[in-house]
Amino acid sequence: MKEEAYPTVARLTPEELARQKSRSRALGLVLGALVILFFVVTIAKLGGSVFNREL
Amino acid sequence: MSLATDSLISDGSVADATPPLVSKATAKDYYELLKPRVMQLVIFTALVGMMTAHEPINPVIGFASILAIAIGAGASGCLNMWYDATIDSLMERTAKRPIPSGAVAPGEALAFGMTLSVGSVLFLGLISNWYAAAFLAFTIFFYVVVYTMWLKHWTVQNIVIGGAAGAFPPMIGYMAVTGSMNIETLLQFLIIFIWTPPHFWALALVKSKDYARAGVPMLPVVAGGIETRRQILLYSLVLMPVGMSPSLFGYVGPVYLVISTLFGAVMIGLAYDLFRKREGEPARKASYRLFGVSILYLFVLFVALLVEEVVPVLAWRNFG
Repeated sequence: MKEEAYPTVARLTPEELARQKSRSRALGLVLGALVILFFVVTIAKLGGSVFNREL
Repeated sequence: MSLATDSLISDGSVADATPPLVSKATAKDYYELLKPRVMQLVIFTALVGMMTAHEPINPVIGFASILAIAIGAGASGCLNMWYDATIDSLMERTAKRPIPSGAVAPGEALAFGMTLSVGSVLFLGLISNWYAAAFLAFTIFFYVVVYTMWLKHWTVQNIVIGGAAGAFPPMIGYMAVTGSMNIETLLQFLIIFIWTPPHFWALALVKSKDYARAGVPMLPVVAGGIETRRQILLYSLVLMPVGMSPSLFGYVGPVYLVISTLFGAVMIGLAYDLFRKREGEPARKASYRLFGVSILYLFVLFVALLVEEVVPVLAWRNFG
């Protein structure tokens, strides 16, 4: 049976892995901070009106 | 191959045709793309502009507005680095920036800068008002397109006109609170605008070979050291009354007037010293001294403005 040619998979060096980890950690922190920021800003903008809706 | 060399072609241009399979950037490289030291100045001057408004603003909204303005400034710095990566690689001062050093691929920087530009403008519009957001968008456009892509490579007046981009933040800060303009923030704009040429030219005098190699028509490259020194002295003479103007117009009090007069005189003194010292080590030291003190000048003046805005009992209007 003829062997199929697969695309080359990048093998990361330990340094590249460390850099990737640093990027992922920073991105996670930024996304978390954005969630908190958007929540706090929404409350600040709407104030008491945030609860003023029909249930 | 080291990170410092593998993205550069032998003539110094940046190779973006074959970006690396896996990004080599760390979080710090992305942070560096935002020109953090310029961002500090933007945050500070925007805060002073905001305090000038004398209108109540929710601290959360105020903080978020300053953040949006800072991110917008960072985004324009990132796009500036993306466009100028080739000439950055030719200059000693900028060769270690994330793109010429090979840490960040040009395409990554472009995507990062564009995302932050759009995000910061939308965010400022949603939390404060769309006038401030439009002004922020114009500032990013002015810095990236008018200054970086056009003026910087075309005219000797590049940093004179382009300096407006760095002078807009106090006006955006004020606009974020009020949705309008006033004379006081216009004076703050003028202080930064007139301060920019002597500040940059003092550094350009020392780095003129770098700029010449990169083909950037900075004043020392085009008109020579003597004319640059004359222009620095002239701008410093104009800067003194402009720096004092918030007090002269009655917006802030005597403390600011004394500080701005004192530091304005120091700037003129150092500019005159640089005008006299034209060669060798004394000239180099005089350039660096003026460059360093000019940063202190702007910082001290805006601290004084902030103090007078926060402690309004010091202002003239309370004596009237």
